[in-house]
Amino acid sequence: MQLDDLYRRVIMDHYKNPRNHGTLEADAVTIKLNNPTCGDSIALQLQVDNGLVTDAKFSGEGCSISLSSASMMTEVVKGKTFDQALELADKFSSLMKGEPVEFEGYEDIEALSGVNKFPARIKCATLSWNALRKGIEQQQE
Amino acid sequence: MNIAAIREQFPILHQEINGHPLVYLDSAASSQKPRSVIDAINRYYEKDHSNVHRGVHTLGSRATDAYEGAREKVASFLNAALPEEIIFTRGTTTALNLVASSYARNVCKPGDEIVITQMEHHSNLIPWQQVARATGATLKYIPLQPDGSFTLADAELTITANTKVVAMTYVSNVLGLVNPVKEVAAIAHRNGAVMVVDGAQSTPHMRVDVRDLDCDFYAFSGHKMCGPTGIGALYGKKALLSKMEPIEFGGEMIDYVDLYESTWKDIPYRFEGGTPIIANAVGLGAAIDFLQEIGMDEIDKHQRQLAAYAYDRLSELEGVTIYGPKADRAGLVTFNLGDVHPHDVATVLDTEGIAVRAGHHCCQPLMRFLNVSSTARASFYVYNTEQEVDQLIAGLLKTKEFFGHAIG
Ligand SMILES: Cc1ncc(COP(=O)(O)O)c(C=O)c1O
Repeated sequence: MQLDDLYRRVIMDHYKNPRNHGTLEADAVTIKLNNPTCGDSIALQLQVDNGLVTDAKFSGEGCSISLSSASMMTEVVKGKTFDQALELADKFSSLMKGEPVEFEGYEDIEALSGVNKFPARIKCATLSWNALRKGIEQQQE
Repeated sequence: MNIAAIREQFPILHQEINGHPLVYLDSAASSQKPRSVIDAINRYYEKDHSNVHRGVHTLGSRATDAYEGAREKVASFLNAALPEEIIFTRGTTTALNLVASSYARNVCKPGDEIVITQMEHHSNLIPWQQVARATGATLKYIPLQPDGSFTLADAELTITANTKVVAMTYVSNVLGLVNPVKEVAAIAHRNGAVMVVDGAQSTPHMRVDVRDLDCDFYAFSGHKMCGPTGIGALYGKKALLSKMEPIEFGGEMIDYVDLYESTWKDIPYRFEGGTPIIANAVGLGAAIDFLQEIGMDEIDKHQRQLAAYAYDRLSELEGVTIYGPKADRAGLVTFNLGDVHPHDVATVLDTEGIAVRAGHHCCQPLMRFLNVSSTARASFYVYNTEQEVDQLIAGLLKTKEFFGHAIG
């Protein structure tokens, strides 16, 4: 296990300079999730319009892996339809299983592929994506 | 204490993790097992196993003797007055839930109080929340000082004539502090309340005497004290246990069964419904033998020395925050390293073969009190050495450097 596999430069950059960190208008869809085993928490906000995610922001507490993952997720999900967003979440799950997947046009996420070698940290990386999935599924109901 | 000879007896310690010799500093979560315990369980299955308390055949009585022999060992280990004051459970959590469900739920009424602290493990907190919800009793907390400890004066103020149960951990699994449970038990008794002690972290490390503490109930887990998982015990004073109703019904625990009514066996069997955890009880008995051979006072001294050494070495590191009091701490140190998240700390250490705990340690209310969402914890046991503490420090320096570079 190499640390650099896990903590790639891109990840550290998102950790240090999280994109879309903060809160949206009160009418945004808000999903709060926590990781009950470690106490980390995330509040994801999605601005949705007619089956489209128009904006996304997050706040909360977490380690470098969970926060950088949230930062990347909010970047890539903006402007996507609900179905496209869910498809991305599926892709991310595949990435966590160690399957070779590509995120065309947004390669940053692929830096998280190393998490696969650190099974204890997969839960950290998937927290924000689970929030995304939950938020969209709520909207689709 | 000859640590090298002790380490020799723990097969699991002799391996490499991620290319480095394993440094296991997570014994407060679960300790490793010596060869004698592993062998005792194997021998039991190879030679003696059958069900207990019913067979008239030879194996039936061997298994029964082994199981009841383990109960006697636990009783004498805790200095209980009688073996029947020991009820085998799955561990601390089940033992505490048994007291909550069988004793407290039947005793508490609206207006009564249950007193605990904010440093409790969830296993000694949620059962009391549930009792309070179900009975209308009030859950009260003894206030904590900034370092997480509490004063006996505050305990006096919180425990009143309305208090029915005081429940408290003997040793905090986060702060490493040893609570004055004997003194609190005296306050509880003056007010007519029972004293419940969570012994999950004390039993592995120090001489415990339930009669000297004069606690009414005492719970612990085998897996934190060199024994197998899935076994622990509840000690209860005979007078109290004898009045308590079982909460699990079925085989083994009954006396006479009629179509519409039945009667229960005496203690401890009425609380051990179903086929008990025989092999694990045998393993726990072997663990007690192992610990007693070294001597509980020796173990106590050793782990306190390691914790004190770790405390000092950690304090030398810039940016480290250590939680809990400095003096008189049991064998663990909980800390944070600057603003590096404890998960990241634990992962870097893991790549160096060092196992520590990162998270809230099942103490979310205490984390809130300490104003953090999680912490890292190094915990020590009979097989740990100062050199391993040095390796921890080296690993933390590496963590600082790594995150310094990567972030900065
Ligand atoms: C103080 C304390 N109480 C209770 C428990 C629960 O023990 P178990 O999980 O063995 O039931 C633990 C274990 O982590 C503990 O440290």
